[in-house]
Amino acid sequence: MSASSQDPAKCEIAFTVNGQLATVRVHAMERLLDVLRHELGLTGTKEGCGEGECGSCSVLMDGLLVNSCLIPVLQASGANIVTIEGLACDGRLGVLQQAFLDCGGAQCGICTPGMILAAVHLLNKKPRPTLEDIREGLSGNLCRCTGYMQIIEAVAEAGRRGAAT
Amino acid sequence: MRAHPSEYEIVSPHTLSAVLSLLAQEPGVWLPIAGGTDVMVQYAAGKLAARKLVSIWNLPELRRIELSADEIQIGAGCTYTDLSEHEIVNREFTLLSRAARWTGGIANQNRGTIGGNIVNASPAADSLPALLVYEAELLLISARGERRVPYTSFHINYRETQIAPDELIRAICLKRRFPEYYAHARKVAARNAQAIAKVCLAALGRFADGFVEDIRLAVGSVAPVPLRLTATERAVNGKRIDPQLLQLARTTAASEVRPIDDIRSSARYRVAVAGNLVAEYLQQLSASEMKT
Repeated sequence: MSASSQDPAKCEIAFTVNGQLATVRVHAMERLLDVLRHELGLTGTKEGCGEGECGSCSVLMDGLLVNSCLIPVLQASGANIVTIEGLACDGRLGVLQQAFLDCGGAQCGICTPGMILAAVHLLNKKPRPTLEDIREGLSGNLCRCTGYMQIIEAVAEAGRRGAAT
Repeated sequence: MRAHPSEYEIVSPHTLSAVLSLLAQEPGVWLPIAGGTDVMVQYAAGKLAARKLVSIWNLPELRRIELSADEIQIGAGCTYTDLSEHEIVNREFTLLSRAARWTGGIANQNRGTIGGNIVNASPAADSLPALLVYEAELLLISARGERRVPYTSFHINYRETQIAPDELIRAICLKRRFPEYYAHARKVAARNAQAIAKVCLAALGRFADGFVEDIRLAVGSVAPVPLRLTATERAVNGKRIDPQLLQLARTTAASEVRPIDDIRSSARYRVAVAGNLVAEYLQQLSASEMKT
């Protein structure tokens, strides 16, 4: 155990990540994003702007899409978190992930985990979204490579393949 | 310079009364944080003055929407998603549900709260002009008790409000008396999501027999506070909508707003757009009678 993990100013916080119980010893004001990446090694969640504008740090918290850069980890105590690492099953890509691959919905990859989680959130609410629904559902996630068309097509395709079921 | 988490303290009491006692013990020391969509941005940028935070996220006492025959009380901790998905808010307070859908993106709507939007007191906030035209009242609560204040006079100056350091907004009260009104909202921005308005308008009014009745206009991003256009309202109330009135409304609105140049727009553009949005609303209002 390192000296910093014995720091008395830190506290123990437990939550579920991708179905597994995780207990971390951290400063309560650490951002959920940093705890996921640095304490739990879940580096699929990316940091883009760090101020809730770009959506690349999106995760699901108790089923809701959130920007993990804006969440003090204390507020995640007891929550159920899903990150991009939680979508593949037994090494097989989830339907949305496969659709992104098939439709060329990923280029540099920084926005992709957030895009996919925003799409999961959308498809949970609207299993067969219209193009307008997709645009609105992903409107908080910025991509600087693809021009969005392939991303939107990937989500529509995942809907057709029954990703939400 | 990024903030270091070890320099901050955050606690999360489980009840509203525990939060209020903490605020009463050291007024002004503890900063309430709900969904964090404003506070965490300042924190990450190293600009958060407060070192002690008290989480009020998801406190059940603040997350209720209560209905009576003549009023809706929206808990200050309700998120934009709570508002845009609420049946009565959607049906009777469309300006508010629409503004909720315009604020940030989905992730911010799932965390940002209406109470947070009010106390953050940005003159550019999307939902505040709606609260002005509905003439909302705020229930402010502290360990000393509860008081009800009109929202119209809540904002004193830029980011300065009537709330005391030991107080929280408990709920926002809206009278259910606008079914006959024609409601209209416009946000002029680079895009709807994740963009702060250059100018936004919320408008309510009735139009009967060719005359304007009880018009209410409020604009964002054109003054140090969200602004009700009272002089413009007086200028058009009781009048027939014709090209002269549209011109009068435009010039009166332009004389009432006090915008600045900033990264999003120029003062000159904002003055012109504010006038145009008011004129556009009046035209729609006069057309609304023909449709019915």
